[in-house]
Amino acid sequence: MIDFLTQFGFFTTFACFLGGAAIALAYGAWGADHESWILSHFFALSGCVVGLLFAGTVLFSSGPLSVHLPITLGIGPDILTFHIDNLAAFFLAAISVVGIAASLFGIGYGKHFLGTYRLGGFGFFYNVFLASMVVVVTAGNGFLFLLAWEAMAIASYFLVIFERREAKNISAGMLYLLISQLGAGFLFAAFLILFRYTGSWDFEAIRLGAAGIPLIAQNIILALALIGFSSKAGVIPLHIWLPEAHPAAPSHVSALMSGVMIKTAIFMLIRFFIDFFPGAGLSWGLIIIALAAVSCLLGVLYALSEHDIKRLLAFHSVENIGIILLGLGASISFFSLGYNVLATLALVAALYHTINHALFKALLFLSAGSVVAATRTRNMEEYGGLIKIMPYTAFFFLIGAIAISGLPPFNGFVSEWMTFQSLFAGIMMLPVIAKIVFLIGASSLAFTGGLAAACFVKAFGAIFLARPRHEHRGAHESSFLGLVGMGLLALLCAVFGIAAGAIAPVVARVAESLSIIPIEIPAAPLQALGGTSIAMPSVALVAMIGIALTGAVVWIVAGRRKIVVSRTWDCGAPLTPRMEITATGFSRSIIMVFRGLLRPSVQTDVEFHDSQTRYFTKRKEVQLSLTDMYYAYLYRPAITLVEHSSRHARRIQTGNLSTYLLYMFLTTITLLFWALR
Amino acid sequence: MPRSAFVARDKEFEILGERLRETVFSSLKGSLAIREVAAGSSNAEELELTALGNAYYDIERFGIRFVASPRHADALFVSGPVSRNMAEPLRRTYEATPDPKIVVAIGDGAIDGGIFKGSYAIAGGVKDVIPVDIEIPGDPPSPQAVITAMLTVAERLGQKRESTNT
Amino acid sequence: METVFYTLQWIAVPLLSPGVLGLIRKIKAYMQGRRGASIVQPYRDLAKLFKKDEVVSPDNSWIFSAAPYIVFGTTLALAGSVPLVAAFPFAPTGDILIFVYLLAAGTFFLALAGMDTGGGFGGFGSSREMMIAALSEGGLILALVAASFLAGANNLAIMPDALSAIPLSELLPLFLAAGAFFISLLSENARYPVDNPATHLELTMVHEAMILEYSGPKLALMEWAASNKLLIFIAVFVNIFFPWGLASSLAPAALSLALGIFLLKACAAAFAIAFIESTMAKFRIFRVPDLLFTSFVLSAIAILLIVL
Repeated sequence: MIDFLTQFGFFTTFACFLGGAAIALAYGAWGADHESWILSHFFALSGCVVGLLFAGTVLFSSGPLSVHLPITLGIGPDILTFHIDNLAAFFLAAISVVGIAASLFGIGYGKHFLGTYRLGGFGFFYNVFLASMVVVVTAGNGFLFLLAWEAMAIASYFLVIFERREAKNISAGMLYLLISQLGAGFLFAAFLILFRYTGSWDFEAIRLGAAGIPLIAQNIILALALIGFSSKAGVIPLHIWLPEAHPAAPSHVSALMSGVMIKTAIFMLIRFFIDFFPGAGLSWGLIIIALAAVSCLLGVLYALSEHDIKRLLAFHSVENIGIILLGLGASISFFSLGYNVLATLALVAALYHTINHALFKALLFLSAGSVVAATRTRNMEEYGGLIKIMPYTAFFFLIGAIAISGLPPFNGFVSEWMTFQSLFAGIMMLPVIAKIVFLIGASSLAFTGGLAAACFVKAFGAIFLARPRHEHRGAHESSFLGLVGMGLLALLCAVFGIAAGAIAPVVARVAESLSIIPIEIPAAPLQALGGTSIAMPSVALVAMIGIALTGAVVWIVAGRRKIVVSRTWDCGAPLTPRMEITATGFSRSIIMVFRGLLRPSVQTDVEFHDSQTRYFTKRKEVQLSLTDMYYAYLYRPAITLVEHSSRHARRIQTGNLSTYLLYMFLTTITLLFWALR
Repeated sequence: MPRSAFVARDKEFEILGERLRETVFSSLKGSLAIREVAAGSSNAEELELTALGNAYYDIERFGIRFVASPRHADALFVSGPVSRNMAEPLRRTYEATPDPKIVVAIGDGAIDGGIFKGSYAIAGGVKDVIPVDIEIPGDPPSPQAVITAMLTVAERLGQKRESTNT
Repeated sequence: METVFYTLQWIAVPLLSPGVLGLIRKIKAYMQGRRGASIVQPYRDLAKLFKKDEVVSPDNSWIFSAAPYIVFGTTLALAGSVPLVAAFPFAPTGDILIFVYLLAAGTFFLALAGMDTGGGFGGFGSSREMMIAALSEGGLILALVAASFLAGANNLAIMPDALSAIPLSELLPLFLAAGAFFISLLSENARYPVDNPATHLELTMVHEAMILEYSGPKLALMEWAASNKLLIFIAVFVNIFFPWGLASSLAPAALSLALGIFLLKACAAAFAIAFIESTMAKFRIFRVPDLLFTSFVLSAIAILLIVL
């Protein structure tokens, strides 16, 4: 079995995906939409299962593998090389796990697209999307990588605009494609400069030749790579596509995009900064930490202001990418100064948070997707009381919410703990400028944790608790397979939290396959200053015992008390659903605290009973919105600049044939002089 | 404990208070939570009840305290003739209070309407809306009267507790 | 031996905490010129509440019923790991980040329970509580981190020993961090000037608003959990930031002496809290973030003083 996996696992994965894509198109063309949907998702599911098993084989038994297909594709002999080292296997495992859950969910989800949209194309692009993500993390040379990167972007574009009847989805897709291509442009430039200096596209050759690249070129390459990958990862200020595109896509696609697609950018950032250019320099690490600190805080603040459930989750992705980058930046800083153990710890923190975020973000998107499908609206202000209609979905959402808020004993806490420890170690040991930047990073992380918890109290409370704010006609629990997918992710969240002591060394082993500098695996990755470590099972056990003991004591002391059911205490006034706190109202206090940063504006619409006296209100609507700072201060000026310069440059287009001939003549003369010089 | 600035000035009140403390301790295990409801009153009774908590009377010493929510309360002290609009809220307050509970109509208005008896604007005394256990006459009753009535409150509530415990 | 200690602390903290609350109320009464309720009054209130019936609304879900147990359970879980009279080597929940985040877990469920009631009070109580908790976490975490940098360890059980060995001249950062931690203590435990624990006006409530809907044994658990949390914070405050007086051996004489010293320090902290409550007015809600940011800045300065 293991031999089969080592030999053929990789191909089987692709076979499943490509088979799924083909079948989707075939059945779709035949008109059998529902079968096309189910079969394509089933093939995607099997591809992901095989992918997971394959990744496990690489990580645990066989070690790094290389695959070389001698097909030239008309470009070159070495175009189809794949190199699956531990890092790639780790990300492959993440993609597969989330893919399994998303595909399971998706099988039951297709029902409400039936009849409205044609489903053949969806299955095709879904499988292509998954396949391209696999190639992105396993590509062995730059050219294949860029091909797969573009394929990933385009496949996800078609998935984002799948519900094309709504104009908003189309514009979201356009924005996504635009920023994606912009970022890809930077990546092409980076790889081209690398090719120019090392003479090869192959990653192995680049790794060997990178040390010889002059410093200025190195920094340019790293800057281009950082910008390109940040735009895909959703780092502020290149994140504006994220809150548009993720809500527009169908929910299991959002789970995949938010859970693993943006992580592929992190994967390549690790490749560039730690694998290719290991001595990247302290300043790069500090720049990344500074960017990450801003991302964290602003991401969670923007999430707090949202009342569209999927936009809220999208902004939380921005925040969590910030947390991952905090760990990555710390790791780069430590590597540049030779603190290898600390660097490995920080890298482990970043990788652990990557897999954790994939798990709980996918869980949240899937359960939010169920809620949206059940209530046919994304506006949180119309939810409420859903815990009585969808108890299991609510429970899984709660697990995701606890995990993302970083509360023990779930997985979010462990990775945040490790990130904190790396930042604290940096504050103690690094030079002065680094100390201050690390302190800023640690403060940002401290505030982010609390604000994220506040945001999820708001989200869970507004969606599931108390009374419905709007009639929920036809709301129902999620499909069984959807619940299985969500349950799987919730279970993994718990396992990755409680069994962190066993899992962290595995993650640490991923770092083994990186870079030329020898990595020292710390003996107990969950070790902090002074050598004390935390044991998550004990924490979980102690918490459980505490709660159980409380229950037992109350049962003994209070005995059989009567519990009378009577209406909520409302000071005697008639209690309508409008009196419950709204999601906007919940976060208004925090928004007002940060108003200098967020520039909120409140718009009130009032309708009076009598427009003459304007005394008794009939209806009042309040909208709280934030000024989009990036659009106002970054994008709009850039757009204006481009428009202005284009308008000025248009002057050379006179429309007069003689002028054009003059241009050609002048250019030829100048080139002649240049050539003869 | 160092000496507080408190000097007991009202000897009669102190004697009553001592008896109240003992009764609360024996019947109620030393804890009584009161929620005042103003059902259309002139607030004179509320002022008197608030005054019971000040430095002169200091009812907290006897284990009695005022709470914000009827869910937390053992005793409801209702004042004022129950105006029409307050009838339903008063009923809801009564339902929101957990057993064992006791209702006290404090002030003449609460007993049967007082000077508003028979008026079109009221729903009658408190006993016409919710069951009343104890009545304290007076408009408003003096602190001594309230304390004396509280002795009965404590005993009556203690009996209710015994009966629900068995 | 450690398990015995752990169990004893699990019993001691819930046993002592209503007494600390009663002490604070007594001191406040004295400062108001009254005599006030006796120190054991909170015990009597809790005992009475355990015997009362409950009234539950049909709008509530299992979150409302489960939250008191979770909130109380997390305070118990922490009770074993804060140093009370002695530092013992391994406390699994003693790491400073576990301390902060387990408390945050309790607050999370408390806020959810507040939202579950469906009435307006619980909702805005939760909103304010989460705002205050989110903003105070910065100062809280950094204050404990400053102490851990000085001590070279970040388990609460180990830190007092290391801290008490440092000469006084180098302890300025610790006192700055103590100030920051004290502000967090006030805000996390719903004391002045952040919240008024004895108010009847719902618009001024933060913590009270969330438990307005509870009755009977669940209310008793919520109030008891709040006083447990207060005692745990006081224990961390007096034993980490003023680390002298803990027993260094497990001999009964040393332990009883340490217990006496701890009770003295706790009384001093209670006096400080009661003094603030009697002399200051509660802040407007939008002035509270200024206070919390001050706490953050104090602890950041403390850290910079240590590492620069």
